Amino acid sequence: MALVNRAGERSSTPGETLTDRPPSHRWNWLLCAPALTILVLAASGPLLIVLVYSFLAPGSFGGVSWEVSLEGWFRVFFSRDIFDPEIVSLNRAHATIFWRSISLAFQTTVICAILGFPTAWFIATRPAGSREIWLFLITIPFWTNLLIRTFAIQEVIRNQGLINTILIQAGLVEAPLQMMYTDFAILLGMAYVFLPLMVLPLFAAMDKLDLRLLEAGYDLYASRWQVLKEIVFPLVKPGFIAGSILVFIPAIGAYVTPRLLGGGRNMMLGNLIELQFGQGRNWPLGAALALTLLIIVLVALVAYIRVINRQEVAQRG
Amino acid sequence: MADRQRFPIAKLPGFAGIALLTFVLLYLPIVTLVVFSFNEAASISRWEGFSLRWYQAAFENSQVREVSIRSLWLAATAAGIATVVATMAALGTTRTSRFPGQTMIYALINQPLMVPEVVTGVALLIFFAVIKVQSGYTGMGYLVAAHTAFCIPFAYLPIRARLETMDLTLERAAADLYADPLQTFRWVTLPLLLPGIVAGYMLAFVISLDTVVITEFVKSAGQDTLPTYMLGQLRRIVTPEMNAIATLFLLLSVIAVTIFFALSRKRA
Repeated sequence: MALVNRAGERSSTPGETLTDRPPSHRWNWLLCAPALTILVLAASGPLLIVLVYSFLAPGSFGGVSWEVSLEGWFRVFFSRDIFDPEIVSLNRAHATIFWRSISLAFQTTVICAILGFPTAWFIATRPAGSREIWLFLITIPFWTNLLIRTFAIQEVIRNQGLINTILIQAGLVEAPLQMMYTDFAILLGMAYVFLPLMVLPLFAAMDKLDLRLLEAGYDLYASRWQVLKEIVFPLVKPGFIAGSILVFIPAIGAYVTPRLLGGGRNMMLGNLIELQFGQGRNWPLGAALALTLLIIVLVALVAYIRVINRQEVAQRG
Repeated sequence: MADRQRFPIAKLPGFAGIALLTFVLLYLPIVTLVVFSFNEAASISRWEGFSLRWYQAAFENSQVREVSIRSLWLAATAAGIATVVATMAALGTTRTSRFPGQTMIYALINQPLMVPEVVTGVALLIFFAVIKVQSGYTGMGYLVAAHTAFCIPFAYLPIRARLETMDLTLERAAADLYADPLQTFRWVTLPLLLPGIVAGYMLAFVISLDTVVITEFVKSAGQDTLPTYMLGQLRRIVTPEMNAIATLFLLLSVIAVTIFFALSRKRA
């Protein structure tokens, strides 16, 4: 009971916070404490351990041996000759995988934007009743299982899959088109699974758009393209930024889609990282690769937001 | 709202076409997957008549049963904890003046959204490996902790959204009528917030069910969940049994998403 009374004194409920809030924010922190504890222990904190591990030497059966070594970071970019460790060359396999990850993630974002923008616009301009239905139709894949949707696309593009069965029965091709286990398959799969992540933030931005502004534009003899470029794009830009980030981050770190659709040869960074903790047994290299991925994501985020803002300044100036 | 239809200004050439194409592309693979789960033949591309045999096969597969129960238990537990702590955090971060450290709290809560899952997976693998060696404990606790942390931002967002649209006057009225803060919370705030909390729970539940990569890194031997089991199976030759499992799984997600959608679109 004492506890309850104490709680009463300090006004824990928001109802009173507006009228007579004490200057201290102890209650805010106390309410957040359990969530923050879990997040620090099982999400943020372990990232620091990754940093430590990336500077250690690999143990012989996985894990690490506790001696400081830069070899993990070195091997992210370079490889040593098998016979003479002194001969050092650029790690071409890693370079290929880095390039594939960045380029596929970028292409995925572009495809999602090209398809997502008109889709979000379409939903946002429906009459109130049917808009909810369209929105629901995009929400379902947004929250349903990524693995199942990857499996679904796999069923479509397999050699015995839907597309090839139709093509062969129609007599258009003699042998099935090899789509699985190519970069194209990964791109298709990622664009497919991440598309809703682009549509929803765009829709949220367009939903707030005041259509009278478009009307004003047309009244001032703007063409459709000008209205789109000068009025719609600048106003929905926050949604576009949010959508691009939401697509780019999981795309560059993708693991499931390249594993299922790319097979063993078309690896992306996520698969290369996993390999170091599985067969590769080189935890420091895996840790360094994971941090490299994190750095790429951060650099991409900062660069992206700066480019967008610079365009804004240029447009105004 | 009705204005939107009357003015043709919102129409942009070709947009509706691309949008409808997008919807077809989004649903075609899912519909194909569901249809072939009812196929009589073992083929997943040639239709040979309706049958429920693959559902029967899935139900009789003891391994599928085991991993499904584990997945559901894990999702229910992790989503439950995540929702409770996220509700508290939402109460702690909304309807208040800005306070020092608030930005840091937001950053921490949103962190699972900004860091690629595979990086979090690696971090947890390393961290939990150390704890496993030190403590000797290899139970489900690690998966629960990892899933809970990952689910927190998803539970937090709808609850915060609900809180922000809620009317403060009812709580003031309760306080004026001599309700102590706890009573106000129990009888006024909580019932009003409930749709947000349920929506948050549904979302967290679906996210936990969806999580493959983190589970793959964190799980000990014999702790496969339905997604990691499917991931392992999908690299082999696939029979419609996989379609049947996927369809049931999909159905569960759709139910949870429908509840989430209905609740989160409802105005406070």
